[in-house]
Amino acid sequence: MFKVLEHFGKYLYMLKGMFTKPENLKVYWKEFVNQCYDIGIGSLGIVVIISLFLGAVTTVQTAYQLVSPLVQKYVIAQIIRDSTFLELSPTVVCIVLAGVVGSKIASELGNMRVSEQIDALEIMGINTKTYLILPKIVAAFIMIPCLITISMFLGVWGGYMAGTLSGIITPQQFTQGLTKDFLIFNLIFGLIKSFTFAFIISSVSAYFGYNVKGGALEIGKASTLSVVVSCILILCADYGLAALLL
Amino acid sequence: MIEVIHIKKSFGPKVVLDDVSNVMECGKMNLVIGASGSGKTVFLKCMVGLMDVEQGEILYEGKNFTAMNEKERKELRMQIGMLFQGSALFDSLNVERNVMFPLDMFTNHTSAEKLKRVNEVLDRVNLTDSNKKYPSEISGGMEKRVALARAIVLNPKFLFCDEPNSGLDPKTSLVIDKLIKEITTDFNITTIINTHDMNTVMEYGDNIMFLHQGKKNWQGNKNDIFYSNDENLNDFIFASDFLKDTKKMKIMMDKKQSN
Ligand SMILES: Nc1ncnc2c1ncn2[C@@H]1O[C@H](COP(=O)(O)OP(=O)(O)O)[C@@H](O)[C@H]1O
Ligand SMILES: [Mg+2]
Repeated sequence: MFKVLEHFGKYLYMLKGMFTKPENLKVYWKEFVNQCYDIGIGSLGIVVIISLFLGAVTTVQTAYQLVSPLVQKYVIAQIIRDSTFLELSPTVVCIVLAGVVGSKIASELGNMRVSEQIDALEIMGINTKTYLILPKIVAAFIMIPCLITISMFLGVWGGYMAGTLSGIITPQQFTQGLTKDFLIFNLIFGLIKSFTFAFIISSVSAYFGYNVKGGALEIGKASTLSVVVSCILILCADYGLAALLL
Repeated sequence: MIEVIHIKKSFGPKVVLDDVSNVMECGKMNLVIGASGSGKTVFLKCMVGLMDVEQGEILYEGKNFTAMNEKERKELRMQIGMLFQGSALFDSLNVERNVMFPLDMFTNHTSAEKLKRVNEVLDRVNLTDSNKKYPSEISGGMEKRVALARAIVLNPKFLFCDEPNSGLDPKTSLVIDKLIKEITTDFNITTIINTHDMNTVMEYGDNIMFLHQGKKNWQGNKNDIFYSNDENLNDFIFASDFLKDTKKMKIMMDKKQSN
């Protein structure tokens, strides 16, 4: 318990240390653009695949469970829409991103720490927290919600394809369900989640990576730990946000 | 000139540096020698502020580094170049970009000016045809030279080298040593080198400090070292029979000459 508090304190201290004046805006901007590219384009492929399948599977399984003749077909589309926007896209995809993006950030920083590259930057007079961590967090904060937005639409589209191709639901019924009782708040709620999770993923993995001590073995441990901790925190925050905002 | 005054550093109960003092002069090769684990790296990292000392002071040209705030330290660090044991090149940047990095960060030169300076220093370390290669594609000796080029690109006044020869063959080691020596005298830099390479010690030891289990056991130059009575130092320097014989021969020859 004491250990957790200590980590939390050091984590806050790290976040505070990030906010100093950049030595040279141009170099920082370049680093930020690189990170955006790495995080955004780097994980786009996996996000596309997962979202399509999540939507497709949800359609088939919802149809399987809704056998009652009293329930109209368009309800399937409604369920897909809401579960994708509210939970599947933000939470499930972010948990996958904790693995993809989080472990990458942690191992990149861990490697820089172990091979003394962070020390080399410090010696040059560069604030390594600002230079290495801030661009990563900001890039994740911008790119992950973008990925989640893409994922939401692909999820619904995956559901549409699976539903119509297998004859579970007609295109007309699906569109009817999509538009019926649509709450814009659900979309916003999904995005609020994705911003929160983006911050958790990037800052937690940066914390564990930046503070690696030792050798190559510890880099592996740090990246595993960062994924585990981010996943747990994502689920806690998920519950917290749901309880708070719904 | 750098003065280190009674510094102490420990990790938990383990005292790694115990009351170490030294004066390091400009234009000289100041060596720190000692067995692995004797505290050389910790000494260097304390000097540049990567680790904080518990007691004592470090004066850079009379200015107290230990008492400086973050901003003053940053300014001083612009004048410090450091060569790390593992080179510490940035993996994601090629040779040219690695050397250019400090220029990108701290100067407003145009690209052409920066490139000119980069080629100048790469030429200085005899590395002219590897600009576009990545650190993973070059040999250990080349990595060291790139790291040295990066360390001197902003014309530092103080150069720190942590075991510049570790992991290199004897011939490449000599090349690196010679480079560091030339840079030191040409630009009148205060150079501090951690080493356990006897070639460096015998060839370039202007001011040698011997660390043993965190304490300064002996200090002198490359000629004094043959006449030291410090048992630990003799054990360390003249470890092999071959070197023990060399020492006897050197003492004999010195006697003959003075007769
Ligand atoms: N960050 C650290 N935490 C705890 N102990 C350390 C740390 N860095 C170095 N030490 C200890 O300090 C001693 C000196 O290490 P070092 O200066 O690296 O020796 P060397 O002379 O080989 O460079 C070693 O016993 C090492 O275990
Ligand atoms: Mg060492």
